Amino acid sequence: MMQEGLDDGPDFLSEEDRGPRAVNVDLQTDATLQVDISDALSERDKVKFTVHTKSTLPNFKQNEFSVVRQHEEFIWLHDSFVENEEYAGYIIPPAPPRPDFDASREKLQKLGEGEGSMTKEEFTKMKQELEAEYLAIFKKTVAMHEVFLCRVAAHPVLRKDLNFHVFLEYNQDLSVRGKNKKEKLEDFFKNVVKSADGVLVAGVKDVDDFFEHEKTFLLEYHNRVKEASAKSDRKIRSHKNAADDINRIASTLYTLGTQDSTDLCKFFLKVSELFEKTRKIEARVAADEDLKLADLLKYYLRESQAAKDLLYRRGRALVDYENANKALDKARAKNKDVLQAETTQQVCCQKFEKISESAKQELIDFKTRRVAAFRKNLVELAELELKHAKGNLQLLQSCLGVLKGDT
Amino acid sequence: VCACVRESVCERERESVCECVREGVLFLSQSPEAACLSAEDISPSSNGPRDDDPDDLFAEATEEVSLDSPERQPILSDGPSPAITPVTPVMISPRVDDEDEEENRDTFDIQISVSDPEKVGDGMNAYMVYKVTTKTSLSIFSRDEVCVKRRFSDFLGLYSKLASKYMHMGYIVPPAPEKSIVGMTKVKVGKEDLSSVEFVEKRRSALERYLLRTVKHPALLKDPDVLQFLESSELPRAVSTQALSGAGILRMVNKAADAVNKMTIKMNESDAWFEEKQQQFENLDVQLRKLHASVESLVCHRKELSVNTASFAKSAAMLGNSEDHTALSRALSQLAEVEEKIDQLHQDQSYADFYLISELLGDYVRLITAVKGVFDQRMKAWAKWQDAQVMLQRKREAEAKLQYANKPDKLQQATDEIREWEGKVQQGERDFEQISKNIRREVGRFEKDRVKDFRVVIIKYLESLVHTQQQLIKYWEAFLPEAKAIA
Repeated sequence: MMQEGLDDGPDFLSEEDRGPRAVNVDLQTDATLQVDISDALSERDKVKFTVHTKSTLPNFKQNEFSVVRQHEEFIWLHDSFVENEEYAGYIIPPAPPRPDFDASREKLQKLGEGEGSMTKEEFTKMKQELEAEYLAIFKKTVAMHEVFLCRVAAHPVLRKDLNFHVFLEYNQDLSVRGKNKKEKLEDFFKNVVKSADGVLVAGVKDVDDFFEHEKTFLLEYHNRVKEASAKSDRKIRSHKNAADDINRIASTLYTLGTQDSTDLCKFFLKVSELFEKTRKIEARVAADEDLKLADLLKYYLRESQAAKDLLYRRGRALVDYENANKALDKARAKNKDVLQAETTQQVCCQKFEKISESAKQELIDFKTRRVAAFRKNLVELAELELKHAKGNLQLLQSCLGVLKGDT
Repeated sequence: VCACVRESVCERERESVCECVREGVLFLSQSPEAACLSAEDISPSSNGPRDDDPDDLFAEATEEVSLDSPERQPILSDGPSPAITPVTPVMISPRVDDEDEEENRDTFDIQISVSDPEKVGDGMNAYMVYKVTTKTSLSIFSRDEVCVKRRFSDFLGLYSKLASKYMHMGYIVPPAPEKSIVGMTKVKVGKEDLSSVEFVEKRRSALERYLLRTVKHPALLKDPDVLQFLESSELPRAVSTQALSGAGILRMVNKAADAVNKMTIKMNESDAWFEEKQQQFENLDVQLRKLHASVESLVCHRKELSVNTASFAKSAAMLGNSEDHTALSRALSQLAEVEEKIDQLHQDQSYADFYLISELLGDYVRLITAVKGVFDQRMKAWAKWQDAQVMLQRKREAEAKLQYANKPDKLQQATDEIREWEGKVQQGERDFEQISKNIRREVGRFEKDRVKDFRVVIIKYLESLVHTQQQLIKYWEAFLPEAKAIA
């Protein structure tokens, strides 16, 4: 837990109340099926999540149980949804990103190597910060895996999926290995084909205004979210860098304070103390912006991609349907294989209509979720920024009061 | 009645506190429009041949500073300038806190500003000319207000003259700003872009601080070179040897002193004060350099933050445009506006970081080099005294030998030489004691100024930070209802 209190002044750095952790998605928690990640363990190169389920549904043997899962198993579950034709008409909740501690680990390693070149205090300080960073990344990956599960559990159809139940209940290893090189290559080509196809499909104008609008909207929206996400990451990185500088400045001021032979020594010590505190607040500001803004944008980047995928599938089904119609007309004209053509056409028609129906609702829900999530996060962002700015202000003003009074 | 200067001088008489001294801090005379440029290092540029100006009383003094020849000293210390005799300073720094104004006003009345940089000439021979305005009621100045035009090499010339005259006596002579080949080349070539404008502003500000520090020193204020620099409309061009940068001269001084020290001097430090002080300045040097580096890094990162915030603001605006839910779209546009304002805040803050803190630290790093130089000068004086004693001993031995050899004419010469060296030993001892006394006084004054400078600047800096936070609060408070209005 990143609990950090301040000696004087209110507790600006206390951890947020942990409420429902699905920060990016506004979900109703439903008594019939509740899923969360109750614990997680970070080992050398993998993370083990403890998935905890509470359910009154009859399909499960018990009402409450836990299993341990790794990232690959989440991906397996996600991919099984994507590959299931039955779910073609739904927005598949985006898969959580792979836990990535590489950057953090590298920094810790570099710190270890550079231990000789800095003072003991500096080393301890930097080590604490890197550990806090590691912890933050860890918490984030846990949250993202949890959101995925919660979205599935909240979806009226997906929650009934058999693979999902196996995932939740089967307390042995699912023996899902990660994709090997060949499979990854196949995936890559599949994506290339899909995006080429997607362009063709997108070119087909839709009779239905609703979907036509959604298509245009999602395409532009997705790109803009991508841009905003990248820019917000860069901004937050700069913020962290500036906070690091203030950290170094505080340390040097402290040394100056201890060494100075004039009245400045008290002065330097006081200012050093001030900067230590304001730096912590600045670091918190960057972390909160990351959580409330950057993560939000990243999540909706993935969701909007999933929505685009839905539209693609529908578009694909539409093209298939139209092709089946043309084939039927041709068959009737030639009076050859008419029955077969009729069956194909009917199948395509049903598939298309089924997807269209659920897709419409999914897209409407997507909008509702999106607006709610943005509202929640933007409000919380503004509240946190205010809290931190007021905290900073109070620290600065009280220090100024003391320093001016001393002269 | 204006408290700052005598009524006849002050134009804004009726105000209770005159505008002209309200800007109490030494280093800011106008709002900084520039941002950081790391000072490149120097190499002397040629300023052309020296004009042989017959009116230049200090022609001799402008010879190349040669630190090893003892012959140099008589020329300069007996020179025409009366200011070399150490004067007990009455002085209080001209820099004023608004509250202390009243008490300080009557003893020190001088304001200097460097302004209106103008480019003269074209191409690689071009240079910047700055207007130096001095307003004062002190009697040593011929007029109450003087304006002259000076170029950068003139400032360097002034510094090198002052250094060669006073440093060996233990006075801490404030160093002139650094030369910058890269910066100046851009200006010469005529690039009217932001970075050359910033460079000129940075230099202008540095030159102003340099002059203010120089006249703050009681002995330097009275120096004829300084008076001439501030007052006379024509100044002889500084010679190419003069065009060594202030830092270059300091380095020369220190290097020579180091070389001498390492070779022969094992000074018996009888006075613990000097040893202690030297160690303190050594430590201070290390820490200030470290601090300076961190602050420069902060300046750059804050500028980066400002740029990235602006870029994010644009992308947020675009996102708001494409969002089809009206209230959310509006909120996102508002967010974009907030971020744009915040980016401006970051930029302003980075200017404050730079002009308040970074430049102050840079100045002090150079000043401490000057202080260390002065301690080395004392060691040199001690060495000279010791050498004279050794020489005297040798002469006495030589005379004793001649006594036995019975060569009357050579004996007379030997006796004369003994007297000469006795005189030199006495002079050496006097010089050593004088420089020790001077240094004690100078260090005391320096430390007092240092305390004041840092206090004032840091408080001003914290106030800028307060302002930033207050603005942040304003912006986010305006945004919050917009976010809550999303339905």
